[in-house]
Amino acid sequence: MDYIGEHLLPGQLGHFLVVLSLVASIIAFVAYFKSTNAKNPDEAVSWRKLGRIAFITEALSVISVFLIILYIIVQHYFEYYYAYNHSDKTLSAKYLLSSIWEGQEGSFLLWTLWHGVLGMILIRTSKKWEAPVMAVISFAQICLATMVLGIYIFDLKIGSTPFMLTRNQFSNAPIFSRADYLSNITDGVGLNQLLQNYWMVIHPPVLFLGFASTIVPFAFAIAGLWKKEYGGWTKQALPWSLFSGGILGLGIMMGAYWAYESLSFGGYWAWDPVENASLVPWLILVAGIHTQIVYNSTGHSLRATYFFFIAAFLLVLYSTYLTRSGDLQDTSVHAFTGSGMNWQLRALVFVFLVPSLWLFIARYKKIPHIAKEENSYSREFWMFIGALVLFLSSVFITIATSLPVINKIFGTAFTIGEDREFPYNRIQIFVAVVLGVLTAVTQYLKFKNTAKATFYKKLLIPTVIALAISLSISIWGDINYDKFGLGFLAAIHLAMFASVYAVVANTGYIWSGLNGKLKAAGASVAHVGFGLMMVGILISSSKKEVLSMNFLNPLNFGPDQKEKGVENLTLYQGVRTDMGKYWATYASDSVTQKGKMTYFRIDMERKDGKENFPLYPDLIKNTKGQEGYSNNPDARHYWNKDIFVYINYSTKMQDEKDTSQYRSHTMQVGDTIFYANGFMRLDSVTANPVDARYKAQAGDVGIMANLSLVTREQTKLKAQPILFIRDNKPEHIMDSVYSQGLSVALAKVVDDKHIEIRVRESSQMVPFIALKVLQFPFIRLVWLGTVLMVIGFFMSVAYRVRLLKPAGAERAPRKKEPVEPAQELTS
Amino acid sequence: MKKIHIVILVAIAAGIMVLLSFMGDLSTYETLASARQKEGKTVTVITQLDRTLPIEYNPAVNPNLTSFHVVDSLGNKARVVYYFEKPFDMEKSDRIVLKGKMKGDLFEINRKDGILIKCPSKYKDDPKAAYNNLSQN
Repeated sequence: MDYIGEHLLPGQLGHFLVVLSLVASIIAFVAYFKSTNAKNPDEAVSWRKLGRIAFITEALSVISVFLIILYIIVQHYFEYYYAYNHSDKTLSAKYLLSSIWEGQEGSFLLWTLWHGVLGMILIRTSKKWEAPVMAVISFAQICLATMVLGIYIFDLKIGSTPFMLTRNQFSNAPIFSRADYLSNITDGVGLNQLLQNYWMVIHPPVLFLGFASTIVPFAFAIAGLWKKEYGGWTKQALPWSLFSGGILGLGIMMGAYWAYESLSFGGYWAWDPVENASLVPWLILVAGIHTQIVYNSTGHSLRATYFFFIAAFLLVLYSTYLTRSGDLQDTSVHAFTGSGMNWQLRALVFVFLVPSLWLFIARYKKIPHIAKEENSYSREFWMFIGALVLFLSSVFITIATSLPVINKIFGTAFTIGEDREFPYNRIQIFVAVVLGVLTAVTQYLKFKNTAKATFYKKLLIPTVIALAISLSISIWGDINYDKFGLGFLAAIHLAMFASVYAVVANTGYIWSGLNGKLKAAGASVAHVGFGLMMVGILISSSKKEVLSMNFLNPLNFGPDQKEKGVENLTLYQGVRTDMGKYWATYASDSVTQKGKMTYFRIDMERKDGKENFPLYPDLIKNTKGQEGYSNNPDARHYWNKDIFVYINYSTKMQDEKDTSQYRSHTMQVGDTIFYANGFMRLDSVTANPVDARYKAQAGDVGIMANLSLVTREQTKLKAQPILFIRDNKPEHIMDSVYSQGLSVALAKVVDDKHIEIRVRESSQMVPFIALKVLQFPFIRLVWLGTVLMVIGFFMSVAYRVRLLKPAGAERAPRKKEPVEPAQELTS
Repeated sequence: MKKIHIVILVAIAAGIMVLLSFMGDLSTYETLASARQKEGKTVTVITQLDRTLPIEYNPAVNPNLTSFHVVDSLGNKARVVYYFEKPFDMEKSDRIVLKGKMKGDLFEINRKDGILIKCPSKYKDDPKAAYNNLSQN
């Protein structure tokens, strides 16, 4: 059948380019492989030339594929399933971009795109390491290209193509039996509302650049093993590993910021498996950077450096498997569900794991190391200890996160207990203590050996200052997080000292150690940032406070559980409600134009009258064929705290109409009628009433019924409905008794003694919301620390690149080349 | 003995301590029936919402109490009380992972994160919905 109005060219071109990128990366891999192993230099150069052409072709095809998908989405070509399923016409330009990474295919493409870009930079800069490094990257490109291939080989589906046509995706849907089906698909399904957030536009590209960049230190490490030039690459690769550490750290924390700003988990970090899966490679990478620096300066720790860089990349692959395979579904809030690509994701891990570990183990003995051990007063010794602690910490996180995988392999049924976060926090707080102190002290040590007297002298002032600051925080900071006992509280105070110490000592080192030479101060700046971040994490988590404590209608669970079931407060519209230090009023709500979001205006008033401000949390109607709502918080930022508010329930979420009806009662004065929660008595009838609700005009005849209500709780209330005749037409003014959900009307005069009263009872008279308000003190320190840390990383990148430059292209072997054991010529 | 060996020994000792204490924190997946045997102990149960009975959440009366019924893979049923707001996407969940304690026939959840709702997926889309959507056109 010829379908009308389809644009098949972009899809065909895109699919061709995907295949081209696969073929080109295979050629690039083979050519670079040959070039690496070539005995004859001319041969190596000609293979390298072919490899370059092939890789550049590959990179350009991947970039084009990406642009074609963007084009399809921007043009709203809904004949493509990707555009249909991930976008709609109402999305603004920036969210059209994030439509690309909503799906698996798009995020794989983003990853290969970054590999392509990094590869092209490496072709220009990696000099004699180009061939082996690019061979590794080309191999990765082969694997990633198969992820978006979408072809079948003997019933085995390889990858999933982003150029799938909607009519092929659902080939048996009746709509596709018509040639003009496109005229019926007027709009796409749209983008998940949670992803329609500024941070979701920039967080995925940065995080994927971080993931992609971990391949560079890995590739250099493999190249070193492969070429048997074990120590030759570490200086050249240092800017790359620093870059990777900086950008991956930034990507992770952007994700944390997004979680904080737009999810209502009540925080920025929840030790969710998806978060852990990106944190662990970063920790290992940072450990590797430190041992790499140790090796560059002393010749120690080369074996550890190899191990860390290989492990960091393998863990990125493992985390890809964890978060996309669906094996984490029962433990993670936001893991992808299975995509039918599990075998391929597992294979991706193993095709890298097996050869790289084999190479590492086979050549381990040949990697040079210094038999003499490090001096206790040397920087390298304590840097190595720090790296070891980072490694142990990530081993723990990996095991805890991998419980579902462990269960799958061993058939066990373990899971983390009732508290999901404390098992992590309890361990990591001690990691923080050790790392904080090491970060503070180690820079004051020199490589090789340090004169004890000067070391202690220089360290004295920062130590005293840090003690003074952290003690004053401990004493006056009101940190009394005793939920997990005194031991944990003591650990918090200890960690507080360690973090403050890291900040103070590293700031001091910029002057006392580097004489204020900021260019070389990247490491110190990064460490200051790390320390500040830790301080922020400690304060904001241990002093996090629920402001919306509900003492009006809490459940009583006895004295030992006094804080149970009280975190939400009910606010009736227009009713000023007591909320601790504040009065809170649910003032109004409004629905956005597209009808997807409902904003609530909550007026907050400090009881001491110093401040009042509105907050606008909202509810988002779920898109993509899902019913119900999601909530989206709002926050007020102060320099020293954030007040964070979100809606947990609203009567606006109730779609059903109020179906209750009026019931009529004929009454005379003195009569009593009953309603669900009490009774009401007609006390009297007032002729020509004077009432604020009713402005009498000439010629009006009006009467008002005075009813007194007695509720089940013996509360006395009043209702005064009015009936008046104007221009021969009856008009009604009802009276509503909100607390009883009653609406009372005076319908008509029956005879000179009786009137007809109509009563409607309804459960939802007044709109109300259930609101949760949290306060995070000093959360800004977390973000400030992150920014400083990332700046520090990039200062170091710039510094290290500059150090490399004057040496020229093919540098002579370093003077301090570590002693290599005589190589046996066996192959 | 070298310093590094001491360090590694300390690290191994610390590692073993950490793992032992971590094992102590672990609970296991149970069924409602086996959870009943372990009354008062925190357990994790994978269940489904019992849709024959309503989810009770009346924020006008108490915004911090949700009560609903679940059925596990063996067909056992229990009432669950959760002392927090009703999670947003509960009705459309296909599975609910509960962490809490069994008290008689009542499953009690004391922590906000004691419920993990598994929907067809928040991030991935529901192909069925897309199909239905197309079929309506």
